[in-house]
Amino acid sequence: MISLIPRKDIPLALTVMTPIIAIALTLIVGAIIFATLGYDPLRALYQFFIAPVSRPDQIGDLFVKACPLIIIASGLVFCYRANVWNIGAEGQLILGAVFAGYVALTFPGLPGWAMMPLMVIAGMIGGLLWAMIPALLKTRFNTNEILVSLMLTYVAALLIDWIVRGPWRDPMSFGFPLTKMYEDAALISRIELPGIGYLGQLHWGVVGALLLAVGAWFVLSRMLVGFQVKVMGAAPRAGRFAGFSPSFVTVMVLGISGAAAGVAGMVEVSANIGQLQPDISFGYGFTAIIVAFLARLNPLAVIGAGLVVALAELGGDSAQIALGMPKVVTGVFKGILLFMLLAGETFNRFHVEIRLPKSAATKVSAGQN
Amino acid sequence: MKKFFTTMVAGAFAAVSGVSAAVADPVKVGFVYLTNPGDHGWTYAHEVARLDVNKHFGDKVETTYVENVPEGPDAARVIRELARQGNEIIFTTSFGYMDPTLKVSKEFPDVKFEHITGYKRSGNMATGNIRFYEGRYVQGVVAGMMTKSNKIGYLASFPIPEVIQGINAFALGMRSVNPDAEMSIIWVNSWYDPVKEADAAKVHIAEGADILAQHTDSPAMLQTAEKAGVHGFGQSSDMKAFAPKAQLFSSVNNWAPYYISKIEQLMDGSWSTGDGPDHWAGNTWLGMADDYLVLTEFENMPADVKAAAEAAEGKIKGGFNIFTGPYSDNQGTVILKAGEAYHDGNLWNDMNYYVEGVNGKIPG
Repeated sequence: MISLIPRKDIPLALTVMTPIIAIALTLIVGAIIFATLGYDPLRALYQFFIAPVSRPDQIGDLFVKACPLIIIASGLVFCYRANVWNIGAEGQLILGAVFAGYVALTFPGLPGWAMMPLMVIAGMIGGLLWAMIPALLKTRFNTNEILVSLMLTYVAALLIDWIVRGPWRDPMSFGFPLTKMYEDAALISRIELPGIGYLGQLHWGVVGALLLAVGAWFVLSRMLVGFQVKVMGAAPRAGRFAGFSPSFVTVMVLGISGAAAGVAGMVEVSANIGQLQPDISFGYGFTAIIVAFLARLNPLAVIGAGLVVALAELGGDSAQIALGMPKVVTGVFKGILLFMLLAGETFNRFHVEIRLPKSAATKVSAGQN
Repeated sequence: MKKFFTTMVAGAFAAVSGVSAAVADPVKVGFVYLTNPGDHGWTYAHEVARLDVNKHFGDKVETTYVENVPEGPDAARVIRELARQGNEIIFTTSFGYMDPTLKVSKEFPDVKFEHITGYKRSGNMATGNIRFYEGRYVQGVVAGMMTKSNKIGYLASFPIPEVIQGINAFALGMRSVNPDAEMSIIWVNSWYDPVKEADAAKVHIAEGADILAQHTDSPAMLQTAEKAGVHGFGQSSDMKAFAPKAQLFSSVNNWAPYYISKIEQLMDGSWSTGDGPDHWAGNTWLGMADDYLVLTEFENMPADVKAAAEAAEGKIKGGFNIFTGPYSDNQGTVILKAGEAYHDGNLWNDMNYYVEGVNGKIPG
């Protein structure tokens, strides 16, 4: 029997060293793979980790790429801390974008000061309502929220597909599945830094994402609701004795993560796309799950984890452009990086114990005879 | 560890200097692909053309491509990066790159952009397209003569003008030789989804279709046809290898002359967006007469069908306008009277109907 035993005291040095060792291992394994495939390993690693952040505008773009991941993961942290498994952030993101899009397209004349807050609220409501379906089904009928939330993602994708091909299609789009472009008031503008100008595509949504992560940290570590979430996740029985309602916590964490994903959808469309189209997210809702775990379910660490995952994404593109490395190879490398980081994290918190139970051992030897 | 970093930094410098050394001489050409060349369809055809560009220009050009680029904000980032890396002309090869290309074209006024299949242009962004529908007319002629059940099954991707043009051109070809034949359309809602394409082909066959045609990119439909013993047409590239007995012919997208002419224009300074008085005439939008669309060998068909196909191909190459009256839509409303014909603008703006011979109605 192989079992993972939680470590009692984790030395600080180990915690600090774990990600460093994981990245070092990634570099070694990656270099071997690149060399085997005929790429200069140093050039390849340079393209992955340094080239994508070698200019100020690229650093801006890195934050832009990380933005939806940080927003979504900040919400998912609540779910996973409470042992509620929301896998459907991708669908909640789409609904948020659709609701916000409704505001932008139905009331194009709204002034900026009214438009933005209304779109944010609409995005939150869209994501929240979509997350309420698995929440209510779970609390009422004890359905499995993993399945329900995941499958609703596909429903959401078909819904936006139908909306942009049918009722909301721009009559001037020559039949292409696109809505009208949003008015300027509905677009999130880029940040103009005094004396520097624009930093790539860096937009105000990124600032919002960072504030949101800090806010999530504050709620989780300093407020009663955060305490409830943690207790219900770690010791549900104790939570019930303390008078916390499991149903309430389930509904609340799904609501929080749904609303966050909805905001991410609104930001992604308003900052980067400017109109609704069949595909508005490229797996951000799923990638954010990795980000949340990479961050050890700590909203502040989500910022760093989001940036690391975004860097791996941009590095893949840069290796393609500079070295002609196929997307599948860059995908494998990204996978190795995330695997190493998560595995390192696991070995940091647990130590492995291998025991052969006596009865099982005799059974095996009996079988061989 | 220290040594590792030293080598790392050295490698970094080597990489950077390698890039800057390459900027000096050859013209750098960038390509953005929607899927990867392994799709054996749309992107494969672009990749073949890119290799033709390399062959044609030798070391006078340096081409770079980025594959699997989603149609959205990532596209803008990739296009921008290609522009920054010194590519002087960038071909973005899918409709959904239109707005990202337009956006980046304004940021890089000195770089030329060529967007495939779109309609928006700017001072340094031109558009290019192939008259895919011409090949579909010939397919219709062959299908109309070959079918015994008078049922043709058609796989369509999205109800956009290009696809509607294809359906109607096919039906006009079909009805020109067989007034009893009818087409049914199944919308796959994807350009490339082998599983859904195969399923849709099975549905068509189960409903009695004995000829299949597709406006999707994978060879899955032809593979299904091969197994079921019916015939069909390949798309974008020659798919004979996947269905040696089933493929009647493929309409092959030949982007090489377009790429080569545009790069030559860039080199000799004559590159322009081709703005003409008619928005559509300003585009590079050519077809079989200019070898932008090439039909593979006519196979697996009797001699008289082959002769008719060759005649139809020759007629189109000779300037025959497929969308010439008289014809009606499938509700019986007269669209064009005898002697009337569509010009290019009509093909994009006015074709919101199926012609006679197509069952059903356009979704959305």
